Amino acid sequence: MNTIRDKCAIVGVGTTEYYKRGQSYPETELSMACTAILAALDDAGLTIDDLDGFSIYSSSCDPATVGAELGVPEIRWATTTTSGGGGCVGALGVAAAAIATGQATTIVSLMTLQQLNKRLGGSAVGGMLQYAMMSEGGSPYGGSGIAPSAAFTANNGLLSPGHSFAQITSRHMHLYGTTREQIAEVALSSRRNASTNPRALRPEPLTIDDYFNARMINDPLCLFDYTMESDGAVAVITTSVERARTLRQPPVLISAASHGGAGRWGPALFKYFQTPDEHFATSGHRPVAQRMYEMAGVGPSDVDVALLYDHFAPMVLIQLEDYGFCPIGEGGPFVADGNIRYGTGSIPVNTHGGNLSEAYIIGMTHVREAVEQLRGTAANQVEGAEVALVTGGPAGLPVSGAILRKDV
Amino acid sequence: MAGDFGPLTKGVFPTILFETHADEMAQPFWDAAKDDRLVCQHCTGCGTFRMPPSPFCFKCQSRDHDFRELPGTGTIYSFTVVRHPLHPDLIDCCPYVSGVVELDGTQGAGARMLVNIIDVDPDTVKIGDRVEIVFEHVNDEMSTPRFRPITS
Repeated sequence: MNTIRDKCAIVGVGTTEYYKRGQSYPETELSMACTAILAALDDAGLTIDDLDGFSIYSSSCDPATVGAELGVPEIRWATTTTSGGGGCVGALGVAAAAIATGQATTIVSLMTLQQLNKRLGGSAVGGMLQYAMMSEGGSPYGGSGIAPSAAFTANNGLLSPGHSFAQITSRHMHLYGTTREQIAEVALSSRRNASTNPRALRPEPLTIDDYFNARMINDPLCLFDYTMESDGAVAVITTSVERARTLRQPPVLISAASHGGAGRWGPALFKYFQTPDEHFATSGHRPVAQRMYEMAGVGPSDVDVALLYDHFAPMVLIQLEDYGFCPIGEGGPFVADGNIRYGTGSIPVNTHGGNLSEAYIIGMTHVREAVEQLRGTAANQVEGAEVALVTGGPAGLPVSGAILRKDV
Repeated sequence: MAGDFGPLTKGVFPTILFETHADEMAQPFWDAAKDDRLVCQHCTGCGTFRMPPSPFCFKCQSRDHDFRELPGTGTIYSFTVVRHPLHPDLIDCCPYVSGVVELDGTQGAGARMLVNIIDVDPDTVKIGDRVEIVFEHVNDEMSTPRFRPITS
């Protein structure tokens, strides 16, 4: 079968610093995107003259504007995966597909984010009503007009992504007996990793008492189950594997990437919830996981480090099930047994501290961490790491997963 | 605390959208709601119920449909207890319970409602609890659906 397996590689990573919400001012989303792109090209030993494509997600930037600003000689590819952060590593697969079919040579994938007068999830800064009005086809980052379906949910008090993800979490707890103590282990493990990562925005220690003394935002989610609001930009450069081997950095091969999910998962989390019973208490990742593993020719036991999208702590626990690290329904005991801990666990998860404790640039920080792990330069380096799993979502479709590996 | 939301009752999320923005497909729901009746779109091709109203049946792709009256009762499928107000002016309605209710008389997925569940103790409410619909008649157009424990 013709696939993208190992045909392309990530050759450059560039970022701004990570900021707490609003603190990137007077930078802008455009200026941070440009900074990250130039840094990523430089990391690879390339220049703007080499760049000829954009494969982004969640419409993170306008390639027309960035192309003009940086003087890109010719753009040959400009796509975004639809919906929100769920598509983040799917964008790597789209880049690889474009390059493997000769439609572009050097593609950037990026997220740039500044939360001054907007806040993700459309929360309190004037956006609450906007979130409430969202209907199928909308995204948490903005809506367009009021659809007839909106009135069916606008007055129900479910106003933010956290309110939505709590529904999945409650159902998982009901079906499998998952506990808050087990979910806490995700938050604590991520925080321990952040404490030894100099760029983490939340490095301060977190104890189980801190976790249980924290205010409940909305049951069963407490303050430390939520990610943070942050600003910054992260860009990565993908090119063909042959060219990658001539460049400055050790290539990180894109062994597989898949985006999508079950059709009836649909916009699942955002004002929908008609998800079939067998999919409801999942991360929505199961179909994507299967395709991705098949494409890469590896399974969960081959993965050395997992960077799992963690906007909410329990979603890590559920992804561990859907990516086959433990049986369905056993994510709780699996994390409680210490399996995801850096240094001692069977599958170290979010070694950088994740979205929960490092920064939340809508998933791209996980791609950066995967690349650094496979280059051997991570702050919390997994010894001998050769295969990394990176995911985007759960969210409205598409969700995505990628297997990256060292070029050995 | 005075705010833009009018007087608030603990546990009751206020109506914030006063117009239904209904099209032909959605209007039968709101017409029935005025009479305190719950109707649900029903595929006349294969019998599947779906909510909210939409153009196509997800099972058989038929556009043919009618609206069937449901008993208005259901079961809590999942929920959250919102304790921290997303907007400071909403403090007086917290904590409130909102979640997914599976509707009696339908066939599982495809006919759930996402609603504020009132008159429940946020510390003891649980998945599987039985509830019934109650409409707040806001104006000539909007009747906000909520669910509450079955009283009778």
